[in-house]
Amino acid sequence: MSDESELARSLVSEIEAVTARIGRTVRIMEVCGTHTVELRKQGIQSLLPRDVALVSGPGCPVCVTPAGYIDNAMRLISEGRAQVATFGDLMKVPGASGRTLSSLGGTGGVKLVYSPRELVEIARGSGLPVVFLAVGFETTAPTIISALLEARDQGVHNLFLYTAFKTVPPALRFLLSNPAHGIDGFLLPGHVSVIIGADAYAFLEHDGGRPGVITGFEGLDMLLGILGLLRQIQRGERRVQNAYPRAVRAEGNPRALELISRTLEPRDDRWRGLGTIPGAALGLQAWLEDADAEKVFRIPPAEDREPPGCLCSQVIAGMSTPPQCALFGTRCTPDDPVGPCMVSSEGTCAAYFRYGGSR
Amino acid sequence: MRRVLPLWGLAVKDAGEIRLEHGSGGALSRDLVEKVIHPLFRSDSYSELLDAGPLEQGSDFLMTTDGYVVDPPFFPGGDIGRLSIFGTCNDLAVSGAKPFCISLALVIEEGFPVDHLRRALASAAEAAREAEVRIVTGDTKVVPRGKGGGLFITTTGVGRRVFPHSLSPGRVQAGDAVIVSGPVGPHGLTVLAARESLPVAEALRSDMAFLYPAVSGLFPLAENLRFMRDATRGGIASVLNEIVQSSPRGITVEDGAFPVSGDVRTIASLLGLNPLEIANEGVFAAIVAAGAKEEALDILHSHPLGREARLVGRVSDDAPGRVLMTTRVGGTRILDFPRGLLLPRIC
Repeated sequence: MSDESELARSLVSEIEAVTARIGRTVRIMEVCGTHTVELRKQGIQSLLPRDVALVSGPGCPVCVTPAGYIDNAMRLISEGRAQVATFGDLMKVPGASGRTLSSLGGTGGVKLVYSPRELVEIARGSGLPVVFLAVGFETTAPTIISALLEARDQGVHNLFLYTAFKTVPPALRFLLSNPAHGIDGFLLPGHVSVIIGADAYAFLEHDGGRPGVITGFEGLDMLLGILGLLRQIQRGERRVQNAYPRAVRAEGNPRALELISRTLEPRDDRWRGLGTIPGAALGLQAWLEDADAEKVFRIPPAEDREPPGCLCSQVIAGMSTPPQCALFGTRCTPDDPVGPCMVSSEGTCAAYFRYGGSR
Repeated sequence: MRRVLPLWGLAVKDAGEIRLEHGSGGALSRDLVEKVIHPLFRSDSYSELLDAGPLEQGSDFLMTTDGYVVDPPFFPGGDIGRLSIFGTCNDLAVSGAKPFCISLALVIEEGFPVDHLRRALASAAEAAREAEVRIVTGDTKVVPRGKGGGLFITTTGVGRRVFPHSLSPGRVQAGDAVIVSGPVGPHGLTVLAARESLPVAEALRSDMAFLYPAVSGLFPLAENLRFMRDATRGGIASVLNEIVQSSPRGITVEDGAFPVSGDVRTIASLLGLNPLEIANEGVFAAIVAAGAKEEALDILHSHPLGREARLVGRVSDDAPGRVLMTTRVGGTRILDFPRGLLLPRIC
């Protein structure tokens, strides 16, 4: 037996003991899509007592992007107004029309990128305006913005961003504003917190808040995070605890935050499944509006329409688990997904399907 | 395992038209073959989906066929010519046969440079000499510019049965050991890196190799050698799932046990890929009886291609039709068929 699994075993016994002392079912929301996947991929979920229910939160950027955003992107291509560049995850997300960007793959209208750094070269080599589908949280936004600024520095002016950046803290505040949320604590994202810092969650310690533990992504990290939450719940505390101090500081990453505050500003925007959340999106500031695809191409607001029978919006809000959806594993699979939670590699349904999950 | 993991069925829909994913060696590839192709050709004597089959029932000659569409045609550690010879020979080798002749059919796109063609074919000829197989016939077609992919090669290979026992997933028994012959992932990552010009992967080379010498080392295990398959498209994850699919047995593997080089682990993780799902061209999985596992490992370790062979798991009756993985922290999860668009045109 490895050291890692021995340590894990002692953490699991401690988790069992604390859960028994709490004496009821505890609902822990993992906010981040990477946690959703890693908890199942690393089999953590199989080690937890029955009374610890893991609920996936709205932490998969692709999943919380309204379906109409995809339709808007496809329209740019079909009308010949722009070439669209995107990360792979969005390619297979059906729009409200049911069609996907990958169905346009052969037309040359869609360019798949692995890193935003490629955008400058793509734009330089394209005879058309290049619109990048800027989807992501605080983690992704700075690298995309850097690419945009680099393009402008180099005199490349045909790169535009169609922003659907989202920010985590306002979304958590929004979830807690629903009296029926039933969440006992938050496993807080590791990567996002590297950028925004532990202090960004201070509101969780106020009235109506819940305990939160900033958690890394190794198996032991996640067990420690869960144990930390259970201990707080048992003692009736609500503190923001940083269990990922090797990467996360109280103040975050000042350079990334400075870049964000210089280029982006909070907006009210639609989150799939949650509706419009005040200040939970980031859009380009006025001085960059000549690179803002929404303004330049007069893109209409993204429609938010669910495919019939799809429970993604419930899953994103933590109100349903994937197996409760009638389409799960039958009509909706990673090979032929209906909703975004099955498409995205960080989606809750995809994680359940691929690695197994209970309830 | 504390919580019983519910197992979802393999529910793949008839998608209406062929998609790239149907070629990636994962769940959809399997589905296409099982639902659309195999039913039209199945017969009592050819009811299993094997890498090679006898010319007729009881024949000592086995035949295999393969198509090569790798893009780009030249990459660190190999090229489409060498790949087409070794890949074909490997399918025969893991079926217990010594390859001896191959046909080559070329589909060339208008505009493909003649010197590239010459280079690829010279490499195929060299590979054939190394594998001691003869190229006995061939065909050449040219398709219009834009209607092909540079160079496609289709082969047929014939080999003589050397291993007298049957090698089939049906022979796998509870308790058998699951062995992987070498480090997984470098081929697929190398081709991807060459195609996308990813500087991060400059150190990688394809693991392409002629497997017969290593594979035939295991033949003395006789009936204790149950099944072998080279882990090409869909990687080792696909092979393990294919072995237990629609079987009363399951496989449980240990995540930490798979041989994966540090470079492959790092680069795959950067790209969000799982090394167990990436195509190899010099790695095979072998299922051997529990009592023969030490001997099998000793044999493989004495061969250059099997130096890093590892015992990765065992066959069990626990989760029929499923591959379960014990994770590094001692949890359990499903190791599924790879799904979605893996890496197109990798071999």
